[in-house]
Amino acid sequence: MRIKRGIAVGAALLLCGGCAVTNIQEKESHTGMQEITEVDESLIVVGFSQIGSESDWRNAHTRSVKEALTEENGFYLIFEDAQQKQENQIKAVRSFILQEVDYIVLAPIVETGWDAVLQEAKDAGIPVILDDRLADVDEELYTCWLGTNAEREGGDAGLWLADYLEKAGRDEEKIRIVTLQGTTGATAQIGRTNGFHKVLEQHDNWEMLEMMDGDFTQAKGQEVMETLLAKYEDIDVVVCENDNMAFGAVDAIREAGRTCGPDGDIIILSFDAVKAAFDAMIAGDINAVFECNPLHGPKLEKILNSLEAGETVDKIQYMEETYFDTTMDLESIRETRAY
Amino acid sequence: MSSLKKITQKRLFLPIFSMILVMLINVIYDMACGNAPLTFFTVTIKNGVLYGRLIDIFNRGTEAAILAIGMTLVVSSSAGTDISVGSVMSLYGGMCCMLLAGYGNTNVSNYAVPLIIGIGAGLLTACVCGLFNGFLVAYMNIQPMVATLILWSAGRAIGLLLCNSQIVYVRVPSFQKIGGYVGFIPTPILIAAACILVASLVLKFTALGTYIQSVGINKKASRIAGFNSAKIILLCYVICGLCAGLAGMVATSRIYSADTNNIGLNMELDAILAVALGGNSLGGGKFNLAGSLIGAYTIQAIDTTLLALGVSTAQSPVFKAIVVILIVVIQSEPAKDFFKKLGKKKEMAKGAAQA
Repeated sequence: MRIKRGIAVGAALLLCGGCAVTNIQEKESHTGMQEITEVDESLIVVGFSQIGSESDWRNAHTRSVKEALTEENGFYLIFEDAQQKQENQIKAVRSFILQEVDYIVLAPIVETGWDAVLQEAKDAGIPVILDDRLADVDEELYTCWLGTNAEREGGDAGLWLADYLEKAGRDEEKIRIVTLQGTTGATAQIGRTNGFHKVLEQHDNWEMLEMMDGDFTQAKGQEVMETLLAKYEDIDVVVCENDNMAFGAVDAIREAGRTCGPDGDIIILSFDAVKAAFDAMIAGDINAVFECNPLHGPKLEKILNSLEAGETVDKIQYMEETYFDTTMDLESIRETRAY
Repeated sequence: MSSLKKITQKRLFLPIFSMILVMLINVIYDMACGNAPLTFFTVTIKNGVLYGRLIDIFNRGTEAAILAIGMTLVVSSSAGTDISVGSVMSLYGGMCCMLLAGYGNTNVSNYAVPLIIGIGAGLLTACVCGLFNGFLVAYMNIQPMVATLILWSAGRAIGLLLCNSQIVYVRVPSFQKIGGYVGFIPTPILIAAACILVASLVLKFTALGTYIQSVGINKKASRIAGFNSAKIILLCYVICGLCAGLAGMVATSRIYSADTNNIGLNMELDAILAVALGGNSLGGGKFNLAGSLIGAYTIQAIDTTLLALGVSTAQSPVFKAIVVILIVVIQSEPAKDFFKKLGKKKEMAKGAAQA
């Protein structure tokens, strides 16, 4: 193992050296590298293939993993940004195998097309952890999956609403709900819709008037909300399956001369909890947001440590997620948000 | 004069026909729902602003209508389409919001630079994009679709770079005003009206329209006749870029943020469709601006109708496609021949003689 790891680090060094010109981040790890070569025995070498840096969420995700898998914590992380291309991810996994890393962490950009390369990893005896999104492969090909539970987020929203209505003494009243859905077929859309519906079914007084596709964008969310407001006179609750659509919905409601938020007559629920959503809650436009947690690093670290200790881990691991509403100290929470 | 009027009516017959068709669906739908049959056309003042589905269509159709002006000129002069307009809209958003918020900031409630500089720089960027497209098409003789494909893919990416790959919010009332209301009228409607007014005045009182059409009909012959064909084509692309910038201005202010991934997404297709629905040939030459504008609002009418009918946005392109197929088929040569045989020979001959 000692020799093997020496080779791995050597190969990683070569690789970093090759790329150092193009990437500042890799330059950093390169300089860090030289110190490790002396103490490398104890470090766990992890290859992480990230999708890209398309959103704040993704950036927070990357940062969290990088911050958790540090040398102080006993890891040596080889990070590869695939820039939205599956070919790059496959290439990255192959290079991890060649470098004989101890673990591969893969955030697959699409669900299909991973069989061959994950089989190669398995043949090489390297455990693979899928992060964030699932890959459509045989369960044998990966050790575990770590991700967010969109269905639970939807369920949490439903439970929060039930609780809120009960406190407001409206639990017997007829509650009319509309949903601005995400892009049809997206994992988050399906999960959040199903999760909310499970709670909806338990409440006879809740009525889902309509669910419309808002494409996860603010402009579409606003347009769809305008239509819904014209169609239905008395909407009590708007469930927006991401924050951007919620911002659009708030604008549409205000333009129609209605009010929303804790002091208004329409309750707005939203998902994701980006920083701008906190501003909207502080401004009193949105009642509650349900988090989609990108900070996978600490949990990933825990999984890797237990695998290293020879323990078995659960095949499916969900992130802990929470929610935020206007009763909390939003100003100070906002400061701590990473995205 | 009366025969001329007849021809104008004929050219606009199809666009108007399709618009009426779309509105008819609304009337039927309203009747089926038990509302007054003319609910669709009712415009009321609610909460101090104009309210009604017709207003929605004119408001939401602003971007497509402004784009259609530029696209009509481009199609006419170069017999090709500018597919970069959607990306240029997004680039405007990126440029404008980046300047207004200051680079790296994602959420501001004060301008970093005066509003006029942000808008000016955005529109200038859009014009430069048009200049770039026009240069490639007019002077390098690259096919329009290939030439504009460059900015189609790059424009959005540049916008993302400008905004540091984030959605930049500019929460200043005067910025939101452009996408909001002036008095009780939605500002976008006023902007569209101004653009249409300027375009039609220029085309009416200058010979530009004639130049553009003659270049589109025969580039070489026009050059021999003394027009600088390349310059005219270049000008059309710059105007198209400017229109894309103006459309971007409206789209950006509506959501008071530079959502570069989504602003103007697929709008180029709507603009091209508007030109086609307006009865203009995508092969260049003669054009009819009024037709394109009616086409643009027809597309928005379809969208608004489908939304009102509760058709999900994922499925609505199917219905859009059906309308497009119908209109394109009706305008095709074999179909025209068929109508000719149906006894419209005389009128068609007159039309041809006029043309």
